[in-house]
Amino acid sequence: MANVTLRNVRKTYPGGFEAIKGVDVDVGDGQFCVLVGPSGCGKSTLLRMVAGLETVTGGEIDIGGRVVNQVEPADRDIAMVFQNYALYPHMSVYNNMAYGLRNRGMAEAEIKTRVEEAARVLELTSMLERKPRQLSGGQRQRVAMGRAIVRQPKVFLFDEPLSNLDAKLRIAMRVEIRKLQRRLNTTSIYVTHDQLEAMTLADILVVMNGGQVEQVGNPLAIYEKPATTFVASFIGAPPMNLMSIHQDEIKSQLGDGRASEAGILGIRPEDFVITDQTPAGGIALPLTVEAIERVGAETFIYGARAHDEQRIAANPGELPPGEIIVRIPGTEAPAIGEKIRVAAVRAKLHLFSGDGRTRVEA
Amino acid sequence: MQKQAIFQTKVLPYALVAPQLAIVLIFFYWPALQAVIQSFLLQDAFGLSTTFVWFENYLELFRDPAYFAAIVRTFFFSFAIAVSSLSFALLLAVMADKPLRGSMLYRTLLIWPYAVAPPVVGVLWIFMLHPSLGVLSRYLRAIGVDWNPLLDGDQAAALIILAAAWKQISYNFLFFLAGLQAIPKSVLEAAAIDGARPMRRFWTVTFPLLSPTIFFLLVVNIVYAFFDTFGIIDTMTRGGPGTSTVTLVYKVYSDGLLGGNLGSSAAQSVILMVMVIVLTGIQFRFVERKVTY
Repeated sequence: MANVTLRNVRKTYPGGFEAIKGVDVDVGDGQFCVLVGPSGCGKSTLLRMVAGLETVTGGEIDIGGRVVNQVEPADRDIAMVFQNYALYPHMSVYNNMAYGLRNRGMAEAEIKTRVEEAARVLELTSMLERKPRQLSGGQRQRVAMGRAIVRQPKVFLFDEPLSNLDAKLRIAMRVEIRKLQRRLNTTSIYVTHDQLEAMTLADILVVMNGGQVEQVGNPLAIYEKPATTFVASFIGAPPMNLMSIHQDEIKSQLGDGRASEAGILGIRPEDFVITDQTPAGGIALPLTVEAIERVGAETFIYGARAHDEQRIAANPGELPPGEIIVRIPGTEAPAIGEKIRVAAVRAKLHLFSGDGRTRVEA
Repeated sequence: MQKQAIFQTKVLPYALVAPQLAIVLIFFYWPALQAVIQSFLLQDAFGLSTTFVWFENYLELFRDPAYFAAIVRTFFFSFAIAVSSLSFALLLAVMADKPLRGSMLYRTLLIWPYAVAPPVVGVLWIFMLHPSLGVLSRYLRAIGVDWNPLLDGDQAAALIILAAAWKQISYNFLFFLAGLQAIPKSVLEAAAIDGARPMRRFWTVTFPLLSPTIFFLLVVNIVYAFFDTFGIIDTMTRGGPGTSTVTLVYKVYSDGLLGGNLGSSAAQSVILMVMVIVLTGIQFRFVERKVTY
């Protein structure tokens, strides 16, 4: 049990490329911290630095009150689950789990107890004598988990552990990981690019972009008050609609005051309602329906703004310019080509500065 | 993409493979057949008459203590060459696999000796270790070693093993390096986190994962030590002093071409042929199917 503190952690490669540009994160004892961001944002590098697999070129990594910058991976008292599981292909499931304990000179009887306990929890008891190649993807994933938990380390590190599984298994394993972590109450750091995984697993969510932390906090707090347009569009699916305020139509509706500071307006798809009324202080937009997606419990309406306007900042997973997504419950939706009017109340509007780097509060 | 070529006539494809077939037939099958026929024949000392003697040449060989000595010697040489060459190549490959500055350069340099022909290897080592010409011989004598492979059979054997193993290091190095690079980095990282120090990591993870490569190379090296060391032996010791460096292949040559005993020489080469077939069989059976760990 330990907390993990990163203080102004930096990573600069010999070529001069700066992968991590000063990260401060504090993960409390027993907390589940998720690092999320698009590929190339440095989240895996940061995790590998905590593991000791990458050198730290600036700042401090503190595990359980000890600065571990110069400590070997073996001596950091951590366990890691790799994306490709990294099981030892020539060892049986039992030996895969026992290897780390044997290296530490544990008695065989104690090893047996621990491995059998882990196998029972992970439902691997019948597979202990098999080799990794005789296992399915989900079973291999569980062996990788088992290898981590038998060690009873201070910290678990997960590097996109579910990304090689199919969608159904991924959801099942996600729940399993959360339950296991709750029960063992071991501090965990988990890397993923899947915002849904991030939202559901995290006690503390760290949204990263371009080697920097965009926002740290409780997942719902981040969802409700994204600090930047990057976070706004990355967290939440479908992404938040972002539009420029420097347009008479929106600017006049927002009125004066805070709108004068802000440059970008964001509205989540589910905060729109189809209505002819304009809520006081809110926003109403005329749309032409271009596409409809019915997924059962809800329906996504893709509409084009009446005014052909450029959307902001091309972030991954964003919509084409000028398009607005509206998320409505049920399956009843307007027809394609129909002109509709959608509105959002004042409390559901997110305002950002023109460069998208800061949130503007009312 | 169509992979199968379509020919208008049936003549052209045969004409195209004919040169290769001719080479195989004339230079491989024809001599092999000749050797088999010859091994059943006995010639008089002047080559005037030839008698068909069935397996007499073979029986003669197995009664000959010199032939047994050559078999034992060949196996010893093969074992010594394979083990020393493999272990040294593995050591170099492990070193070269580390992400160091200029690794491409010395990886390339380490591969060069493979391009040197066996007789040239022999000459190179003679220049270094000949009792009167050799550069290194002077230093050996200076530190009190009575170095004279021309008179001392054990030293001559050591010299052959040294030269033959040296030449094979490049080949082994190449395969080991490829084998090492095929091991997923994350597996070694997992072992590091699991508390295995570098030496233990090597013996419990890297080495077992290299075992298919090691087995493949072991077979290749034994075949090499059996047959391809002829050039080295011929340039360095000519089988001497005495018969201390006469291997099975060299004995075929010395008995047949130098000793004029064509029947016995042919029988010996047929025995060697069978050995090659067996070794190749082992290689196909185990290596092609991949050794599983």
